Amino acid sequence: MRALPLLCLVAIEPALAHEQQGQAAGFFSGLAHPVSGLDHVLAMVAVGLWGAQLGAPAIWVLPVAFPLVMAFGGFLGLLGVPLPGVEPGIAASAILLGAMVATEARPPLGRAALLVALFAVFHGHTHGTELPAGHSGLFYSVGFVAATGGLHAAGIALGLAHRWRRGQIAIRAAGAAIGTAGVYFLWRALT
Amino acid sequence: MRPGALPLAVLAAAWSGLWPAAAQAHLVNTGIGPVYDGIAHLFVSFEDLLPVVALALLSGLNGPAAGRRSIFTLPIAWLLGGLAGAQFPGAPLPVGPAALSLLILGVLVAADRRLAPNVVAALALALGRAHGWHSGVATAAAGLQTAGLMGTAAAAFGLTVLLAASVVGLTRPWTRIAVRVGGSWIAASGLLLFGWTLSGRT
Repeated sequence: MRALPLLCLVAIEPALAHEQQGQAAGFFSGLAHPVSGLDHVLAMVAVGLWGAQLGAPAIWVLPVAFPLVMAFGGFLGLLGVPLPGVEPGIAASAILLGAMVATEARPPLGRAALLVALFAVFHGHTHGTELPAGHSGLFYSVGFVAATGGLHAAGIALGLAHRWRRGQIAIRAAGAAIGTAGVYFLWRALT
Repeated sequence: MRPGALPLAVLAAAWSGLWPAAAQAHLVNTGIGPVYDGIAHLFVSFEDLLPVVALALLSGLNGPAAGRRSIFTLPIAWLLGGLAGAQFPGAPLPVGPAALSLLILGVLVAADRRLAPNVVAALALALGRAHGWHSGVATAAAGLQTAGLMGTAAAAFGLTVLLAASVVGLTRPWTRIAVRVGGSWIAASGLLLFGWTLSGRT
């Protein structure tokens, strides 16, 4: 067994170039993009927290619907379709989603999904279109979607504390903090 | 045929035969023969691999009958499409078939609507035809010929069998939801990739 690493070194062959380029870089830049902006991170976590508060079926409808609608926003951005007020829209998403979590609002599922979908378009439009030169579009897209889904999952995981009384208070406090941060983002976007 | 099956079948047919563009070969040299090169080709070509994963998930969600049809239809269509692609490497090829495959199959997985086994088989046929053609062009360009193509089709068969069987066996509700979330992610990636393709930036 000890000879195995040596065997691997002996078996080294020249690298053979092929046409695929920028896969790893594309994936990691896509993965890093959603977590590089606090406004996006807080809104995604808020979606997960709200889903956990609402329980089934919202807990899975929101994470299924959000990536699709967000990708639609990115698709519009890639086609050059302008979307007015993107940055204020993202800030507003943090405010409203934070408020929903803070007040533990329970609208009908359709309205909750519509609200989340509306903001998903803004997030997709601004974040889904920034492919660095030389990176793979497919891998960037996969990384971007996976990171966004991971943030939802993190929010849902935190939201599982909702089953305890203190957990409910902590989640509502987190929602208030997200909403407050959203006010700051809005102020920054408008000045 | 169930309501809604005809539009899906028409979509599958259109998907397999339209949209011209150039092929991009993803060549792999494992050093252990063309069959293994063909197998490796699938696993390094994400634009082929992800749609196969999506089809396997869809087949599994639609039960054993759909799974049985798709696991045989896909590799046969892949092989036949590949042979045709290898014969006519200069023929027009679909633009962004990967994006379209990811989008269509991902949405169907996310929606988790029950489809007739024949419709799933038609989707497998369309996927195999479209992506097999690309594989055929790529493997012919690499000089792998039929053996390499058989390796790719065999890899698609093995992957579909394993994944579809795993999904068919899922009984707890949350596991099925996890598969649907996976479908949503695949569809979202496909939609973004479609945007990249149309904007000419990928």
